[in-house]
Amino acid sequence: MSTHKITTQKVNFKVFRFNADEDYLPYYEDYNMEVTSEEVVLDVLNRIKWDHDGSFSYRRSCRHGICGACAIKVNGRSTLACKERMNDMIDLFGPELTLEPLSIKRAVKDMIIDKGDFWEKHEAIHPYLISDVQEHPEHEHLVTPEEAEELLEADLCIQCGACHYACPVVEINDDFFGPAAFAKAYRFEADVRDEARNERLQELHEEKQGLWDCVKCFECAEACPKDVNPIDKITKLHQMLFKEGIATSNVATRHAVAFKHSIAKFGVLDEGGMVLYSERLAIVKHVPLALKMFVKGKIVPPWKIVKSKNLDEIQKLVKSSSTAKF
Amino acid sequence: MKKLKYALFTGCTAKQSTPEQMMSTLAVADKLGIELVELTEASCCGASHLQDYDDFLSLVLNARNIAYAEKHGLTMVTICNTCQLNTAMTKHRLDNNAELKARVNEKLGEVGLEYKGTSNIIHFLYAIIDDIGLDKIKEMVVKPLSQFNIAPFYGCHNIRPSELQNETHKTPENPYNPRSLDDLIIACGGMNVDYEEKNKCCGFHVELQAPHTSAVLAGKAVAGAMDGNADWMVTPCPLCHLKLDTQTNHLSEAVGREVALPVLHMQQMLGLALGCTNEQLGFKHHIEKVNFV
Repeated sequence: MSTHKITTQKVNFKVFRFNADEDYLPYYEDYNMEVTSEEVVLDVLNRIKWDHDGSFSYRRSCRHGICGACAIKVNGRSTLACKERMNDMIDLFGPELTLEPLSIKRAVKDMIIDKGDFWEKHEAIHPYLISDVQEHPEHEHLVTPEEAEELLEADLCIQCGACHYACPVVEINDDFFGPAAFAKAYRFEADVRDEARNERLQELHEEKQGLWDCVKCFECAEACPKDVNPIDKITKLHQMLFKEGIATSNVATRHAVAFKHSIAKFGVLDEGGMVLYSERLAIVKHVPLALKMFVKGKIVPPWKIVKSKNLDEIQKLVKSSSTAKF
Repeated sequence: MKKLKYALFTGCTAKQSTPEQMMSTLAVADKLGIELVELTEASCCGASHLQDYDDFLSLVLNARNIAYAEKHGLTMVTICNTCQLNTAMTKHRLDNNAELKARVNEKLGEVGLEYKGTSNIIHFLYAIIDDIGLDKIKEMVVKPLSQFNIAPFYGCHNIRPSELQNETHKTPENPYNPRSLDDLIIACGGMNVDYEEKNKCCGFHVELQAPHTSAVLAGKAVAGAMDGNADWMVTPCPLCHLKLDTQTNHLSEAVGREVALPVLHMQQMLGLALGCTNEQLGFKHHIEKVNFV
């Protein structure tokens, strides 16, 4: 028997309320409740509905962190309501907590959002195994444990949307596939049985929707309740683009490759040279800013760059340790 | 107290596009009695972009940088969030994967180096909080910044991924409710401004391929700080600084309103409070005029 003592604490919940059928604007309602150390966020949602207002709406199903239905935001943090302990939320944010849907602009009723954009992106990356499977195979198609490990647990995704609606790029760029779709794409790209590799990669390489618009903020890694670490998969997909020869020359791919050239030449970056290599003729658009920066002593011409000491070591390592080609 | 001594990994911008960051780091270290041994042998960390192209090469190069800090037997201090991320990430991966570490060391062996894993890697902000302490810093303040509302801008790569970053310093930081920079502002006598974007992304890393996304993110950050009645912003990251300080016309266009604030490096803010001169802190290198000092 656990000797753990149950404690209670007063919390003021500020809860997002909105009914798209009736309300012109959303509003926030306050609920003061005693919360016990045994409760999770979903218990609080249940109590708001059962004890305070039966019209309060939210999605829930399994309450075991598997179905992915109950993700909401607590003080702006994506949270799987059935998994997150109230005590941890209070430790993190104090006794004033704001409960909101994953995306306010997609709110339909209270915590319920229209997740259509999430599923559309999910669908777009062909989230299934594409393989010419024999109808009557002579033996089973075995995948070794080592090959299965290559998925890096991307298959644990429960499609709750926590990362998708935590992604700042999704918020700005409607075309961007978003971290969940990328993690799912990786799940199949890394699967040895999948035969659609290059076609899928091709779509992931496209500008605006694709991998190159990721801002590298790690919000997705932080938000994921299953530790799928979507940005790690995004990085892996970037590397695959080069490895499979899908990466064509564009400003983003040249930018990545420019680091290697600059390091081989100077050890450090040649910042100006790198922008030139990445942008090519489009560099003209950066000229006004470059002039401003030059006046302020922020631009060092290539001949004045202080190279790394022992540059020969770096050059030797760049030669011997390179694993990618472009 | 024993004199603090660190190996300084300057990163690339400190030597090029943000010279004021280098100057203020040295000035502040002097005031705080910290000895910095600059790792002049270090290469670029790859800035998360080389990592998209050639992961193994980036590991080897970062391990080489760390190996030089280890040779000095010193903790490596970074002054750029992205350098911190890539260096600490390399250490984390090598320390937790003996096979990978052996492969990297095989390469380093070709140039007579070895990565051991003996040096901690910590951003300057957390180094001074851990090793000197905010109370002590507060005592050392000679010019409290009491007339200023200061908006902290944390920068992604110092606070996320939190599991990695919290391995590097003693005072845990929560990426959803970070405190370190707010606490440093308070220690300097300033008023910390709370605003939604303080722990959000500045968009620097997609400036070339997605200029609109990048400008909206940075524009919203400056707008948030302005709406919080900030007199200026402060950041521990030179890349955030470049994004927030150098192109306010783009940012204004992207968010549909005039946004501009002076943006200080965390070392400059601390330097002001500790009594460094404007010349030492390099304010002349800013694009947005630092017009209050």
